[in-house]
Amino acid sequence: MNPFAKLTDTLIVRAEGAGYVVNLLLRTFVVVPHLPRRWRFLLDNAFNAGVRALPVTMIVAAFAGAILAMQTGIELRRFGNSNVLGTITALSMCREMGPFITAVILAATVGSAIAAELGTMKVSDEIDALEVMSIDPVDYLVLPRVVAMAMMCPTLTVLSNLIGIYGGSVIAEQNLGVSPDLYWSSAIESLTSSGTLLPKEAYVGLFKALLFGVAIATVSCAAGLRARGGALGVGLAVQVAVRNSVILIIVLGFIVTWFFYFLD
Amino acid sequence: MIELHDVHKRLGTREILRGLTLKVPKGMNFVLMGPSGTGKSVTLKHVIGIFKPDRGTVHVDGQDVPSMDNQQLMALRKRMGYLFQNGALINWLTVAENVALPLKEHSRLPRSEVDDRVHQVLGMVGMDHAAQQFPPSISGGMKLRAGLARALVTNPEYVLYDEPNAGLDPIISHQIHELIAEVRDRLSVTGLIVTHSRACAVQCGDRIGILEAGKLAVEGSVDEMVRSEHPLAKAFLGGGAD
Ligand SMILES: Nc1ncnc2c1ncn2[C@@H]1O[C@H](COP(=O)(O)OP(=O)(O)OP(=O)(O)O)[C@@H](O)[C@H]1O
Ligand SMILES: [Mg+2]
Repeated sequence: MNPFAKLTDTLIVRAEGAGYVVNLLLRTFVVVPHLPRRWRFLLDNAFNAGVRALPVTMIVAAFAGAILAMQTGIELRRFGNSNVLGTITALSMCREMGPFITAVILAATVGSAIAAELGTMKVSDEIDALEVMSIDPVDYLVLPRVVAMAMMCPTLTVLSNLIGIYGGSVIAEQNLGVSPDLYWSSAIESLTSSGTLLPKEAYVGLFKALLFGVAIATVSCAAGLRARGGALGVGLAVQVAVRNSVILIIVLGFIVTWFFYFLD
Repeated sequence: MIELHDVHKRLGTREILRGLTLKVPKGMNFVLMGPSGTGKSVTLKHVIGIFKPDRGTVHVDGQDVPSMDNQQLMALRKRMGYLFQNGALINWLTVAENVALPLKEHSRLPRSEVDDRVHQVLGMVGMDHAAQQFPPSISGGMKLRAGLARALVTNPEYVLYDEPNAGLDPIISHQIHELIAEVRDRLSVTGLIVTHSRACAVQCGDRIGILEAGKLAVEGSVDEMVRSEHPLAKAFLGGGAD
């Protein structure tokens, strides 16, 4: 096959996949009114997601905050500006790092599990069985998962932010000689100074987390529902789910920051 | 009546069905046999509208299945039960919840009636002792019987059985065959049965067709087929066949 034809084929397959995800998201929005009937699955899924991701998220968030503090602290010390370390760590945790690491970990733990679960259902005819019973798989399977992730990703992000800022404070005190008082007061001030109920940094971060949660769940459900060809196909679906989630997290993160800070 | 006429279907790179024509008159059990991977399951999925033929027609009671909209498809599926190969139960629901699923999602039956009905069909397939177990913890044969209960729970007019006795021991197999024949005789259910088992074909079937290379290679009443000299009929139904 000539390389050009191969490239077009790949592009067509990618476009098809993207179209499927967008279509799935729209169909999920349409069935949102059915949510009250799915509350049991919704809570199950939310609880599972929380339990799966919580420990890893906490550990990674603590180290991410510490790295952030070190990284900026080294330069700040050179300019004798260590007193703004709390501000910088708090803002970058809330705006970028918190949502980002939470989402990546959710993609790796919960997204992969969703793809494996729905993929297994697909290849063992369970999705067809639902359709034969006139139960819409989007309503029954996708909706509770998407909403659960839309709830859990921001929730875990808040925790990540707090722990990340705390991780930064340890470095600030131990290695950079910034007093905890100064660190925490500048961190808190930076997050409350705008006078609004929620400062922009925090709500941009939470908005991102919400988008990430929806994106991870939708992409992972789509990968699972499109799985075929037995166990091998399920493995492939998991791989696709995690890969696409991470790509979307980075691209969406960029777009949101750009939208809120550079577009006015 | 289920009627497939000249159905062609390509899946992936292979053309699986190549001009399949098949008729299941009302109140009869049609047994579909054939080597593995020849498209028996694919055929059943055409009847219930999961697959659409590339060419040819699929009719149930004179209605064209592939051209149905969602409403019509739902109406058709309400009248059909489908036993999937291996049961296709939902893993996080108990056996009883699985069987109750088609009743709960669409009918407004009171809970007690749903429970009674579920209990009744689980009894019919000999599974009432396992009602509260989850599918991952039961055997393949039990999953299949739970799947059969789910297919029958709505009192369908048609049932599509995909290998209803795979993985069952001879005693339970025999009971399941009797159940399938009884469902036809007492409730005048029309059945399309995919099986590899001679016992199942002879015990539950009225007509038998053998699928090969995408179409029926040979077809006839059970008596005709058992005595047929056709090599496939001999392989599937002859004395040596199980
Ligand atoms: N959704 C699908 N996409 C692509 N190929 C498929 C799909 N479903 C089935 N096939 C292929 O169609 C062929 C026929 O499959 P089918 O499941 O109908 O076989 P079967 O006659 O039921 O065999 P068995 O007795 O093993 O159950 C197989 O080669 C299978 O790989
Ligand atoms: Mg099959």
